[in-house]
Amino acid sequence: MAKQIQHLDRVAIRFAGDSGDGMQLTGDRFASETAILGNDLSTLPNYPAEIRAPSGSLHGVSSFQVHFAAHDVLTPGDSPDVLVAMNPAALRANLADLPPNAEIIVNTDEFTTRNLEKVGYTSNPLENDSLDGFTVHRVPLTSATIAALADFEVSKKDAERAKNMFALGLLSWMYSRPTEGTVEFLRQKFAKKPKIAAANVAAFQAGWNYGETTEDFAVRYEVKPANLLPGTYRSVNGNSALAYGLVAAGLRAHLPVFLGAYPITPASEILHELSAYKRYGVTTFQAEDEIAAVGSALGASYGGALGVTSTSGPGLALKTETLGLAVMLELPLVIVDVQRAGPSTGLPTKTEQSDLNIALFGRHGEAPLAVIAARSPADCFYAALEAARIALTYRMPVILLSDGYLANGSEPWLLPDPADLPDLRVEFATEPNGPDGKFLPYLHDPHTLARPWAVPGTPGLEHRVGGLEKANNTGAVSYVPADHDLMMRLRAARVEAIDVPDLEVEDPTGDARVLVLGWGSTYGPIGAACRKLRERGVSIAQAHLRHISPLPRNVGTVLAGYDRVIIPEMNLGQLAHVIRDRYLVDAVSYNKVNGQPFTSAELETVLEEVVRND
Amino acid sequence: MTEVPLKLTAKDFRSDQEVRWCPGCGDFAILSAIQSFMPELGIPRERITFVSGIGCSSRFPYYLNTYGMHSIHGRAPAIATGLAVSRPDLSVWVVSGDGDALSIGGNHLLHALRRNVNIKILMFNNRIYGLTKGQCSPTSEFGKVTKSTPVGSRDTPFNPIAVALGSEASFVARTIDSDRKHLHSVLRAAAAHQGSAFIEIYQNCAIFNDGAFDVLKDPASRDSVLIRLEHGKPITFGATGEKCVVREPRGFGLEVADTASVPRSEIIVHDEAVPGPAYAFTLSRLSDQDLSNTPIGVFRRVARPTYESMVQEQNTAARTSATDSTPDDLLAELLHTGNTWTIR
Ligand SMILES: Cc1ncc(C[n+]2csc(CCOP(=O)(O)OP(=O)(O)O)c2C)c(N)n1
Ligand code: SF4
Ligand SMILES: [Mg+2]
Repeated sequence: MAKQIQHLDRVAIRFAGDSGDGMQLTGDRFASETAILGNDLSTLPNYPAEIRAPSGSLHGVSSFQVHFAAHDVLTPGDSPDVLVAMNPAALRANLADLPPNAEIIVNTDEFTTRNLEKVGYTSNPLENDSLDGFTVHRVPLTSATIAALADFEVSKKDAERAKNMFALGLLSWMYSRPTEGTVEFLRQKFAKKPKIAAANVAAFQAGWNYGETTEDFAVRYEVKPANLLPGTYRSVNGNSALAYGLVAAGLRAHLPVFLGAYPITPASEILHELSAYKRYGVTTFQAEDEIAAVGSALGASYGGALGVTSTSGPGLALKTETLGLAVMLELPLVIVDVQRAGPSTGLPTKTEQSDLNIALFGRHGEAPLAVIAARSPADCFYAALEAARIALTYRMPVILLSDGYLANGSEPWLLPDPADLPDLRVEFATEPNGPDGKFLPYLHDPHTLARPWAVPGTPGLEHRVGGLEKANNTGAVSYVPADHDLMMRLRAARVEAIDVPDLEVEDPTGDARVLVLGWGSTYGPIGAACRKLRERGVSIAQAHLRHISPLPRNVGTVLAGYDRVIIPEMNLGQLAHVIRDRYLVDAVSYNKVNGQPFTSAELETVLEEVVRND
Repeated sequence: MTEVPLKLTAKDFRSDQEVRWCPGCGDFAILSAIQSFMPELGIPRERITFVSGIGCSSRFPYYLNTYGMHSIHGRAPAIATGLAVSRPDLSVWVVSGDGDALSIGGNHLLHALRRNVNIKILMFNNRIYGLTKGQCSPTSEFGKVTKSTPVGSRDTPFNPIAVALGSEASFVARTIDSDRKHLHSVLRAAAAHQGSAFIEIYQNCAIFNDGAFDVLKDPASRDSVLIRLEHGKPITFGATGEKCVVREPRGFGLEVADTASVPRSEIIVHDEAVPGPAYAFTLSRLSDQDLSNTPIGVFRRVARPTYESMVQEQNTAARTSATDSTPDDLLAELLHTGNTWTIR
């Protein structure tokens, strides 16, 4: 039977099922096939908050969304064009997210009275009119998988468990994905259980054949490769990229990396990953709490390592006193905050940008430090390098803000050549620097305003540091009013002395009157919204901040060039406060704090309204 | 550079800072004892680091001409852990007070001890908050009248030795500010110990708790209350050894008896190296809040691998064959490990 081939520019697919259905693996495999084909893509998993939610229940639904296109992709996609629902719970939990005309592939075998009741369906949605308006493919995924594996030496349970591979095979056929990678993957994954490997490969192929031979699937889609830069890629989520970036920073600085951390969602993976990178010069320390985590990192920095601590909001709150000490000691320190929805325990698995205030201002006394933010999963790598550069060059704590959306989302990453990354090597002090052969631990470099990094073990430079105020140059404890005044100003000046690249503005038409300014993980949805507006002939300029403390020097001039500035944030206006205060610009603040990232569609509407009213 | 034998003296360990404790403060005696002990270590000054918290006692690092950090209240063990783990070549000492170590920093103390980080923790116990001008501390006696407890404290105090033992400490000792010889002997044992050493130093606060330990110092009373622990020796005390330590008839504890009334074989022979902490714990319970029957010396000294050495071992194992690679090679290796693909 000849199938019709239809070309698409972009597609978003959501794989949804019970926690035990292997949806993360299925989605991840589909994403890998898609990457190898050469599409650009972005993915976002969604796990249940419970560790072991009851099977078949609504809150036990796990899903994975893949957005891929023939052009570059900025977000995991607002809403899925295709939903794969492995059971009634998956259908019910995701239906509201579907746009009209979406395609739904359901596993009919799971639509039993009992399963329907579990999620509150009083009648079978496959048999009433509730799915009118969608294209529904009814596939007996479980029984078809079992039938396909009838001749295999595997238990019924193992055969049934291979249904996710059947679904993957079907979707791979539907979207003309290359299959070699998945076959190879399955062989390796089950290398020790060849029978299971063979069964999974067979289920995958049976799914493919099902598409090929069943009339229900009359159309097959193709999404042409995107015009991607040549090179070697890997898929990374934000936490992985951040961990790689910290390793890279240590290796480019020729310094050991010491991570002190206490487990917390959604930052724990950074600890997990780095604990596996001992080979690359990393030592990890799971501390007794966040205070000890940052304390140990500061102790390691004092000893000449690149001290790092990773956490989320509640942990950052606990670290604040030590950050004040780090500011006083003028030592390098990187603090990673993977933000989650707060305050207090808040919504630990949901995303938010609400820690900007604590990052900028959350210390007693005036304790200025550098604050930067990552904008995409792969960008977390470069943000980590930049945090380390500032910390090492200017001898200060640097807070690097990521968030749950970046931490879990992934995208293809063109691997850099290590030699092209910034050279972060530093020099420890080895000789006295004072006029009379004395060592002056607080003699500051005229350009960077950094003090010498004299690590214990260096003969002749023995000195004491501490949290008490000190005299400039000698670092001796001082209660002299003028010394405190001077040191306060010096600490602020050192932050302002940081060499920060100018803010770049993207305004392809050059005639935009409205600027949208963002920071952090909103880069993707803002960029996608701007792109759609421009496609419709609406001019809009976009600028996105990496550095928030200090702000790039040209921000004031950039803002002054537009009639209107709009700042979308996943908080109640924290950057907007800073911008209004600093530049006296009447910026429009657009805020969302429901634990969900912005969709590009909602931003498109909001931005268009600002442009029209301008 | 050839190694020159170190000829350091106490003077080499004095910094140029003016020492600012109240006249009569026990901290002076401890400082001077430590300055005179340090040369004995045979470690060059630059390889010694003192990390302290906050309190009168925590001013200590400023007065020693080594590397030093006066950090924040209670956190010195955590900071010292990071330093010691990343720099096992250093000799790392922590100076803390009873409030610093047992109140705000209690958590860090427990965890440093259980991990057996190679740091020497000196806790100056004056049973009061000195720096904040005289509030009760977690070691103040029950009923103590202080600025914050005008009608007497209702808090049951900690027994610091028992806390350390309960935290799996491998070395636990007690000494007194005024007894330089004893202080030196305890410091010597602590310095030689591989792993965390917890040393409680009874210290007189001349202003807010003056004379707190006089009963242990006064020639008229000290012999009848002070139990000098010596490894391998029967535990007897009193001017003529008239008191001794024996097993309690009930339970698992120890008690004080008249030496004359018990057979010699029943007198406990002190053994620092008992593998379990129970013996040392019962010893620590001989003394009460009134300081009657106060053992000083080393309660427990057992061998256990240091945290750093085990961390180092894992690191070294992971780095075999990594040492020949340049940092950039290593980074390329890491980035290309696992699932990658190439776009041409
Ligand atoms: C976070 C914090 N809380 C409170 C204080 C105030 N403070 C300074 S020292 C101290 C108690 C010190 O008592 P102790 O540790 O026994 O030291 P001492 O002064 O007796 O030697 C307190 C409460 C502080 N510096 N930091
Ligand atoms: S207040 Fe007490 S502990 Fe503090 S310096 Fe004075 S005498 Fe010493
Ligand atoms: Mg005290």
